[in-house]
Amino acid sequence: MGATFIEKLLRRNTGIADAKCGDIVTANVDRVMIHDIFIPFVKEKFEEMGFTEIWDPDKVVLIYDHLVPASQLDDPRHHRIGNEFAAKYGLTHVHRSDGICHQLMTEAGYVKPGNVVFGTDSHTTTYGCVGAFSSGIGYTEMASILGTGTLWVKIPETIKVVIDGELPEHVTSKDVILRLIGDLTAAGASYCALEFSGSTVENMTVASRMTMANMAIEAGAKCALFTPDEKTAEYCAVELTEDMKTLSGDPDANYLKTIHYQAEELVPALACPSQVDKIRPVSELEGLEIDQVFLGSCTNGRLEDLRTAAAIVKGKTVAPFVKFIVTPASRKIYLEALEDGTLDTLAAAGAIITHPGCGLCCGRTGGILTDGERVVATNNRNFLGRMGTSKVEIYLASPATAAACAVTGKITLP
Amino acid sequence: MAETFTARIWALGDDIDTDIVIPTEYLALKTVQDMTPYAFSPLRPELAAQIQPGDVIVAGKNFGCGSSREQAPEVIKALGVKAVIAGSFARIFYRNAINNGLLLIECPALCTDVQDGDEITVEVGKSITVGGRTYPIGALPENLLDIINAGGLVKAMRKRNGLD
Repeated sequence: MGATFIEKLLRRNTGIADAKCGDIVTANVDRVMIHDIFIPFVKEKFEEMGFTEIWDPDKVVLIYDHLVPASQLDDPRHHRIGNEFAAKYGLTHVHRSDGICHQLMTEAGYVKPGNVVFGTDSHTTTYGCVGAFSSGIGYTEMASILGTGTLWVKIPETIKVVIDGELPEHVTSKDVILRLIGDLTAAGASYCALEFSGSTVENMTVASRMTMANMAIEAGAKCALFTPDEKTAEYCAVELTEDMKTLSGDPDANYLKTIHYQAEELVPALACPSQVDKIRPVSELEGLEIDQVFLGSCTNGRLEDLRTAAAIVKGKTVAPFVKFIVTPASRKIYLEALEDGTLDTLAAAGAIITHPGCGLCCGRTGGILTDGERVVATNNRNFLGRMGTSKVEIYLASPATAAACAVTGKITLP
Repeated sequence: MAETFTARIWALGDDIDTDIVIPTEYLALKTVQDMTPYAFSPLRPELAAQIQPGDVIVAGKNFGCGSSREQAPEVIKALGVKAVIAGSFARIFYRNAINNGLLLIECPALCTDVQDGDEITVEVGKSITVGGRTYPIGALPENLLDIINAGGLVKAMRKRNGLD
């Protein structure tokens, strides 16, 4: 019998040639990411455990993004502790205002195809976009990795998702993943790997794949996996080796199930309040009035997302009562969008451009909402209270849908 | 011998995410104890003050989904909650809870049959009894029992490092 992607990857990593789904193995960690909210807790647990040095400081990345710039009085303490921690243990990969952790991990070259990566954030599944096994963990497990360089994992079962064909105009990878989450439900891929393939996926940019890998956790998945190709290699600045090409699921592998979509049949979608799996077509909710639009986050704050929105709002103006908040995912993206005129177009239409970072997505800063308000947002979660009070209605959408809504002030098809 | 205890329960629904357990705006407070008054506030603002040490939370499927924040199981533990019984658990929450020594029990049938204030009797690894009905429950996998038996992951690592 053949092997799934995750079985092959963990066999390479552990050296256990017959490792298979259901086995508990000790993985050797290639890279870890800790963001600013959890740094003080990781430090506390690490020292309480009695470790005095980090297993490999080069493999540790600290990223300040949720609390940058500080919006509450307790926030700067996290950065001070982070700086002290880095100095004490010789950590050199520290990003203090460069953008969102998940964007930076791939963009700055910390993650390569075939790697095993853990981060103190549930959206760590993102790095599957380049063919890495990556998953979110808590700060206690992170502290134990900093000391040992290893973590136990149960090799997950795999759900194979095949998408073939050409996506219709204004239907994006965000609409694909929303549809999948709606079909699977919020717990439908719990403890599983999601393995993506098919011609639609092959034709996607790495950035679009990133959107899908990012949201795999919203169906409960442990990881998402995309087979490395030429685009992956170019993005990661590595040579595409024969070894990397073998990182794909075999047709006769042991899959839990296979789900197939035909791209031409997919439509712009919304995740309705307050669950990510409450999916409805945009067409069914057209006309519903909104107060705000948020374009950003590790899900959809990349250059292609900003360009998509800019093309839709170009020469138009944001509806009078709508605040259109645009947050590039990283400084690099911010600069590229500045350079090519994308930010110019968005600002001219009436967008509020903010600094790169997590921003509004985690509801701490930059546009929080109150009772009775409704927001269309391109991020990954619409949970109760995520962007302000628990009586805010959050609709998750693609950048194209979000931009169309910003112009009309109503839920609108792009 | 299996541990047996009786507790008052608080009943919650499906998909209780960790943003509900403890919202992001309170995650930078200095200690987990400081966060406890805000536990479950988006869903039931009054609940944190009502929970008494020794109480048990009963919920539906996918408890602890969403964010990886380990403050979620820590806040529940800091409130004195003895155990969380749910139809199923999201995986990051599950690992975090085990690492902090919070008892988790899977029992899909229980949540639809109980309400706030019911009294349940739990025989760990065997069964739950409420109002004359008995529900069988499973035991933890062995590799997780090792962490629990060590008293959580911090203690397991201290032992590894020759400190305890």
